[in-house]
Amino acid sequence: MLCERCHERPATVHVTKIINGVQTAYHLCEVCAKEQGEVFPNPFLMGSPFDFNKLLSGLLNMESSSGFAPVTTQAQQRCGTCGMTYNQFTQIGRFGCPDCYDAFSSRLEPLLRRIQNGLRHTGKVPGSAGERQQLARRLEQLRRELQQAVAQEQFERAAQLRDEIRKLEQGAQ
Amino acid sequence: MSLADFVKRTISKWMRETGPEDDIVLTSRIRLARNLKGFPFPTLATDAHAGEVMELVRQAAENDAMKRLGKFEFIRCRDLSPLDRQMFVEKHLISPDLAQQEKHGAIVLRDDEVVSIMVNEEDHLRIQCILPGLRLQEAWNLASQVDDALEQTLTYAYHDQYGYLTACPTNVGTGIRASVMMHLPGLALTGGIQRLLSAVSQVGLAVRGIYGEGSESFGNLYQVSNQITLGESEEEIIANLMSVVQQIIEQERNARKLLMERNRIQLEDRVSRSFGILAYARKMDSKETLERLSDVRLGIDLGIIQGVSAGILKELMVLTQPACLQKYYNRELSPNERDVRRAQLIRDRLRMSDTEVHG
Ligand SMILES: [Zn+2]
Ligand SMILES: [Zn+2]
Repeated sequence: MLCERCHERPATVHVTKIINGVQTAYHLCEVCAKEQGEVFPNPFLMGSPFDFNKLLSGLLNMESSSGFAPVTTQAQQRCGTCGMTYNQFTQIGRFGCPDCYDAFSSRLEPLLRRIQNGLRHTGKVPGSAGERQQLARRLEQLRRELQQAVAQEQFERAAQLRDEIRKLEQGAQ
Repeated sequence: MSLADFVKRTISKWMRETGPEDDIVLTSRIRLARNLKGFPFPTLATDAHAGEVMELVRQAAENDAMKRLGKFEFIRCRDLSPLDRQMFVEKHLISPDLAQQEKHGAIVLRDDEVVSIMVNEEDHLRIQCILPGLRLQEAWNLASQVDDALEQTLTYAYHDQYGYLTACPTNVGTGIRASVMMHLPGLALTGGIQRLLSAVSQVGLAVRGIYGEGSESFGNLYQVSNQITLGESEEEIIANLMSVVQQIIEQERNARKLLMERNRIQLEDRVSRSFGILAYARKMDSKETLERLSDVRLGIDLGIIQGVSAGILKELMVLTQPACLQKYYNRELSPNERDVRRAQLIRDRLRMSDTEVHG
């Protein structure tokens, strides 16, 4: 197979990117791959201690050099809690505080799509968050029932549901 | 101190005991990354923050829920000598990074050394459970219980969408790293190892040599672990790793069978020579030690070498590391002296019966 970019040299670098759920495969020669910033450290070379941060900063550099987003403005973005900039994050590969995740979520999500399996945690939940999530699910259920009751003109039932929802909402604050 | 006493005092449960499939899987390990709500990650923590985190964890380690899970000790890195910290690294209880955290690092250690909690490493907490053999589910259950117990007094940084928040987004979500340490001499001798390792990396798992430099792995010891932490539950992550590990076990068993059928005499010669060298050599560097131990362990597993316990590999791969050697001989040793003392320790250990050590 010839390189898709120069059509001269054999394609030896094969990269699959998943961006916004769309999978695209690139087949490039070594030279074009380097120019495109597609070569990142192979973490699976046998015996080489696998450094997640090295992989991560490789991915982050790739992102900025291939122009996914206007780097200059967004790199200055700061976390309001700890003051870390996105630029600093790309350099050290670690966030400054838990709030960085929300502060940088728009830049983080494309990265998470590539290194993780989706954007939503589906595993264990801490005790207090578990209660909160249960409450949210219960409220959602009650609101659905309320809509149904109104649609079916069961006004007495609707009033009961409204009271219950109000009570739960107040308890949550 | 006699060698028997030193071995008894130094080895952890994962080195001493056996477990399922432990002719191939030496250990199963679960590590959970957790951070405390309201504090910057250790990356940006000030002395005051780090001190406060340490104090909160020290109190949590003493709570009633933790007491029900065993006898835990809270140890500050600064209260340990550099040699003792290095020994914890050699015993796989803490990371080299934590050993460097003299000022703010701490370890919460259960007396059997199955559970160790690193404090102020890359994340505020790294809960680790390490068990002998293939027991990932059991290790996860225990790690999760320790997690719940600590949570009785600590509030974690948790996000409804992203899950447990970690300093590095490669750990976010479950914060789990599940790994198994495998001994794969059969695949190494039959040349199947490279193919297998690249196949494993295709399915989203990471493989690396436990000991070695550059691309070389000494002693045919490999760690296989998950990479994805977000978007899959802990159970899915463990099940995925388990199924790959089962396949590697099967391939390793086939490779060993093939060697016994087709190259029996060469194999017997190889493992017996290695045994002879371990039993009589006067100088051993750590690379050769691991290679000879791997041969001897294979010989034990295949019934070629008898009267030596299979645990010798796990035990000696740790006890012959630099800090352990210096601890045993109770003085600083130059690399050259270490090679001489290492050979001596191995000779002495091979002449002892297991009952003397594990009595
Ligand atoms: Zn090209
Ligand atoms: Zn922040």
